[in-house]
Amino acid sequence: MRERIIGALLLITALGALIALGLITYFIFQAGLPLIAKVGIWQFLSGTSWNPTGKPPQFGILPMIIGSLWLTFGSLVIGVPLGLAVAIFMVELAPPNLATIMRPAIQLLAGIPSVIYGFIGLTLLAPLVRSTLGGPGLSVLTGAIILGFMILPSIIAISEDAMRAVPSAIREGAVALGSSHWQVITGVILPTARSGIIAGVILGMGRALGETMAVIMMIGNSLDIPASPLQPATTLTSNIGLELAYASGDHRSALFATGVVLFVFIMILNALATSFVRRPVLSRRGA
Amino acid sequence: MNTARTQRIAFGCIWAAALFTLAALALVVGLIMVRGLPSLSWGFLTGTPENLGRDGGILPTIVGTIVLGVVALLIATPLGIGSAIYLTEYTHESAFTRAIRFGTESLAGVPSIIFGLFGFIFFVTYLQMGWSILAGGLTLALMILPTIIRTSEEAIRTVPQSYRNVSYSLGATRWQMVTTAVLPSALPGILTGVILAFGRAVSETAAVIFTAGTALNLPTSAFSPVRTMAVHFYILAVEGISLEKAYATGAVLIITVLLINVAATTLITRLVRRQVRR
Repeated sequence: MRERIIGALLLITALGALIALGLITYFIFQAGLPLIAKVGIWQFLSGTSWNPTGKPPQFGILPMIIGSLWLTFGSLVIGVPLGLAVAIFMVELAPPNLATIMRPAIQLLAGIPSVIYGFIGLTLLAPLVRSTLGGPGLSVLTGAIILGFMILPSIIAISEDAMRAVPSAIREGAVALGSSHWQVITGVILPTARSGIIAGVILGMGRALGETMAVIMMIGNSLDIPASPLQPATTLTSNIGLELAYASGDHRSALFATGVVLFVFIMILNALATSFVRRPVLSRRGA
Repeated sequence: MNTARTQRIAFGCIWAAALFTLAALALVVGLIMVRGLPSLSWGFLTGTPENLGRDGGILPTIVGTIVLGVVALLIATPLGIGSAIYLTEYTHESAFTRAIRFGTESLAGVPSIIFGLFGFIFFVTYLQMGWSILAGGLTLALMILPTIIRTSEEAIRTVPQSYRNVSYSLGATRWQMVTTAVLPSALPGILTGVILAFGRAVSETAAVIFTAGTALNLPTSAFSPVRTMAVHFYILAVEGISLEKAYATGAVLIITVLLINVAATTLITRLVRRQVRR
């Protein structure tokens, strides 16, 4: 009897995450969908003017969608090559003493609060960008560089696991055929670990798309659609973060509606990443 | 010759990337420490903020950070460990466990601003908790739940099957087996997850600022609003209140995160060593 009760209690705790996800989905949609219905989904997504307190109010989030896409793309341009290189370094090249430093270092990189990174972007990188490349400094480029660095841990952790999972028999086969170390990496390790690497990149993408406070600090928060990476912009997340504290009525609903759009984007990315991780690395070869 | 040259260039780039990453990390930590440490003092850690934080110390934000983190852990730890025990010891892989895993994975991918929105509409508004320790702690608990579930599950899975068999052979029930054989052995791994989750709670801003508020007073009850160190740092920097105090608060934040990481790494190393010995 006691065992049964314990089993039932454990089952309830196991449902916790699923229930939390359900509650989050329900309440965000319930608060945001009415506004989307009122404005019209197409008008909401493609409207270029955001003036929630104007008369009449305007709810177009296209500038934020474009800002988010620019910023996410930019952070991937920085983060993916760097992350892959670090992962290859940790798995293949690092001498033992350096390898033992790398892992805690990457963990620390992930542990540092995002506001600290945003602050570095604001006080160190933005003035540098302004003085060397022009523009206001607080810009898509500044945000993308720092964000690219912030998403490194996601990319590194999963690609590293995928590379370590490559069976040594395949690697030894390549070496026996006379491949150089670099040829083994590009010809065997990377292709075999491909799905894990893609999953890592997608998760990094989700992280960049979802980052809020650091982005507010670095991107300049302009509601105009940026014409170049040196221009300021706004993202889906930064607009919510900036306005939620004082918004009310339709304005508040519009922020939740923005949250709905963000949530849908993220869920699609999560599903993609999961499908890549699940796919067995060797299934193509039937091994 | 050509192959060797390509390899030299490629490896050179990879070395450069790795060293660059380490250097950038050192720059971030170093810059905050060098500019923050001089303004750190006992009075700063134990004083109350004045003029919005322009003067005085940060005691209420330290208290706020710890209290919020502890509340989040008190809620998320039993849930997370229970969930991990259920998934590893009480069931077999099925559509049901896949659904639970999907929920955990998805929750881990939800951005913190979405948690902020949810906590604001659900805990703060719908359940009428207001900006409070309770609302912030609950929101954070949901956010760190996946971390605790995953690390506990991994830790429990590394416990050798023989432990379970011996326990059963001595006549233990399933729950006795879990509490006497599995959990003690998995404890360091579980603890590592809990520590890392606490670190996530300490670093968080977006989910906290809309659920726990930004009040600068010392909390008096679970329904008091609080401001965490990360939120304080953000407000000092963004509203341009005081760069000096921002650096000092940032230094305290980084030291906290460093200590948390050292604790987690030490535990992991000890764990690995023990497993090797086995």
